[in-house]
Amino acid sequence: MKKIAVIGGGIAGLEVSRLLLQEGLPVTLIEKGSRLGGNLRNYAHLFPDFTPSDEILGNYRFLPSNSDLQLLMNTQIESIDFSTQPYTLHSKDGIAIPADPLIIATGYQVFDAKLKEEFGYGIYDGVITSVELEKMIKQHHIVTPYGKIPRRIAFIHCVGSRDAKVGNSYCSRLCCITAIKQAIETKKLLPETEIFCFYIDLRMYGLTFEELYLNAQKEYNIQFVRGRLSETSEMIDKRLIIKAEDTLIGRPLQMKADMLVLMVGMEASDFSKQFAYHNGLEIGDHGFFQPLNQFNARSKSQKEGIFFAGTSIGPMSVAETIEHARAAALSAISYLKDKEY
Amino acid sequence: MSTFDFLKVRRLYIDYDNLDQELLNEVIREEPSFQWCISCGCCTATCSAGNHTTFNIRRISLILRRGEIEGLEEELKKCMLCGKCTLVCPRDIQLRNVVMNIKKIVLKKKTA
Amino acid sequence: MAQNYTEPSKKIYWKDYVKNIPDDDYFFFRSCIRQTFFPGAEQAFLFILKNHLHKNYFDDPRLTTCTGIGYHSDIIPLETLHTLIARHFSIMNESGYSNLIISCVTTFGVMTEVLNTWHEFPETLEKTRKNLLKTTGRTFELPKAIAHASDIIYLYKDEIGKQLVYQLVNKETSEPLKVVDHVGCHYSKIFPHHGIGGAEFPKVLSEIIKAWGGEVIDYPERRHCCGFGFRQYLIKESRGYSLSHAQIKFESMQPYHPDFILTNCPGCNMFMDRWQYVIQETAGKVYSSDGNGIPVLSYEELAALLLGYDPIQIGLFMHQTEVLPLLEKLGIQFDKNEYSKLRAESHHNTKISR
Repeated sequence: MKKIAVIGGGIAGLEVSRLLLQEGLPVTLIEKGSRLGGNLRNYAHLFPDFTPSDEILGNYRFLPSNSDLQLLMNTQIESIDFSTQPYTLHSKDGIAIPADPLIIATGYQVFDAKLKEEFGYGIYDGVITSVELEKMIKQHHIVTPYGKIPRRIAFIHCVGSRDAKVGNSYCSRLCCITAIKQAIETKKLLPETEIFCFYIDLRMYGLTFEELYLNAQKEYNIQFVRGRLSETSEMIDKRLIIKAEDTLIGRPLQMKADMLVLMVGMEASDFSKQFAYHNGLEIGDHGFFQPLNQFNARSKSQKEGIFFAGTSIGPMSVAETIEHARAAALSAISYLKDKEY
Repeated sequence: MSTFDFLKVRRLYIDYDNLDQELLNEVIREEPSFQWCISCGCCTATCSAGNHTTFNIRRISLILRRGEIEGLEEELKKCMLCGKCTLVCPRDIQLRNVVMNIKKIVLKKKTA
Repeated sequence: MAQNYTEPSKKIYWKDYVKNIPDDDYFFFRSCIRQTFFPGAEQAFLFILKNHLHKNYFDDPRLTTCTGIGYHSDIIPLETLHTLIARHFSIMNESGYSNLIISCVTTFGVMTEVLNTWHEFPETLEKTRKNLLKTTGRTFELPKAIAHASDIIYLYKDEIGKQLVYQLVNKETSEPLKVVDHVGCHYSKIFPHHGIGGAEFPKVLSEIIKAWGGEVIDYPERRHCCGFGFRQYLIKESRGYSLSHAQIKFESMQPYHPDFILTNCPGCNMFMDRWQYVIQETAGKVYSSDGNGIPVLSYEELAALLLGYDPIQIGLFMHQTEVLPLLEKLGIQFDKNEYSKLRAESHHNTKISR
């Protein structure tokens, strides 16, 4: 009988499933959408070394053909019945799925940039998000909404992150390095385009991130301005005017740009929040699932037999997600072993 | 003796060991959010006064924290108390209240 | 080419800034400065309420100032302000009204601020009650609803629209007129939820313009202050700051060739109007291609004009920046000789020496 259930078919859910199947354990993988791969499918290349994301997704290509895997696509789980042993998941369509243990890999969503109305997203066509830019990078075709080659692009860091006004006071960690990655890729495609990054602090936490930052300055002439965007407006020719302070000079700055890229942060997905709320699972201060502790039980929940994998507990890179998913798989395995004795 | 030039030379470093922190502490007591600034500069970018004068609301917090309070009162007169800084601050610092409190405390000290 | 104001198709959050606007029985609170500078504006509003919307209102002569200008210039202490506002509320209670309609954006800002202060710090409300009782023997209750007069025009823009004699259309070219909306800072920048559309995209005026056939211009400094800034203007030494901010706006809107500026604040109306004249006289710069400057109207003046009121009756000759080209574009019929005579009389001796 297939008992382990994994909710979420992004890379966290896929990696957990892959490991459990490798150990000979049958898995039910439940995905609410119609495709596997989750948010990673939105990215063309990954920092810090520009690995194509398809390479990572390719690792899971043969997973669906594993006979021990029961794959439930287009299935949205609504509730968990804790009164049964094992727990029973109930989908929106009335399917009941046993879950012992349950691994939650429900991932993240990007911040809705329209909430920062002063930044102009959804109002001025030239303002786009990092996710939209990534799509253009994937197609090797970066143009303004008016079909022109942008002569100047400004990347805005910390959109929806480190911002008490939108309720996300945490640092989303990955946007800084993503901005540098995207800035370099943009410069490669458009060598004549001027690129500026507006940052509060550049958080190059990975071993090779600082190198990429240096490279952005050295090889690609990307300009860094220490100041957060204050407001955007549009001129008669549809170019944008942005206002920030150049805090290192100590004076307000105004700049015209053809395109504005908002580095939207990661936040807990609406699905995760609702799922947690309706099933009494604990949510931390920042809306993500709350693990048992932040040191040696980051994949365990407060509840027996429920584990977390990947960005359902907070912002993570692809590498961190995969590692965390492995930790979740290991926790699930030892849980099952303990149960046998 | 007092005419020797070397006696007049002021060192330009921030003398951390002899900071005048009285005003800072009093402001923090009145408006604790004052301490949370990450110097992102949003306030200065949007500041109407700062667009026409040398007024820099972000620097006010640094000035105070480094005890460089000479001329602070004059500087604060440039603020129009419009509150746009408070509106854009990502750390939700009540900047208008900070300015009001500095003014109040300085005035209190003068009249005391 | 002027840019159309297009509504973004995606969900926009500022659309959620909706407030309750009372639909009748208004207690009207006048502006201090408006009746001096643009004497027809408030009268036009009351005409519209009575003759076109058939609403009941009360214009109480016992009301005095809200002290807003003094308060924002550090002349009136907070407690005095609270007590004075309380007196106005008391008078409103006595007259049997509870829907407060305010003509001036400064007053609107002051009232919302006072009400919010009392809400956040109930002890200040108690203190105000005591102060008012002690000084005047009065007691008071808070208004049930509070709205700016432009909110009322916004609420009934379609009803007024049906009665319009003229549309916001150029008579010669049949093109919609290009209008710059300027919403007073204290309308929604202090408390975004008290304004329709919030602080970033207040739509109280832009929706009126669209409803009456005009085209709204979105330009870079749309949200910038008109430059009034209270003590920035009141203290002569810092008047340059006031002027320079108005200049930022004019420079920014000029490439769009607006036909006129629509405001909802007496201060903005005054400064957008007068400062154009000052810039013209001192620096020789004019912001319209016809050499007259960009006319500035308030929402009531515009409504009255389009409803067929005589420009003389609503006092348009008092405007410093010539309104005549706009009247001609709209095709409004009136006695031009009389208008010119009155304008010359009210603007004699206003040359600034360079």
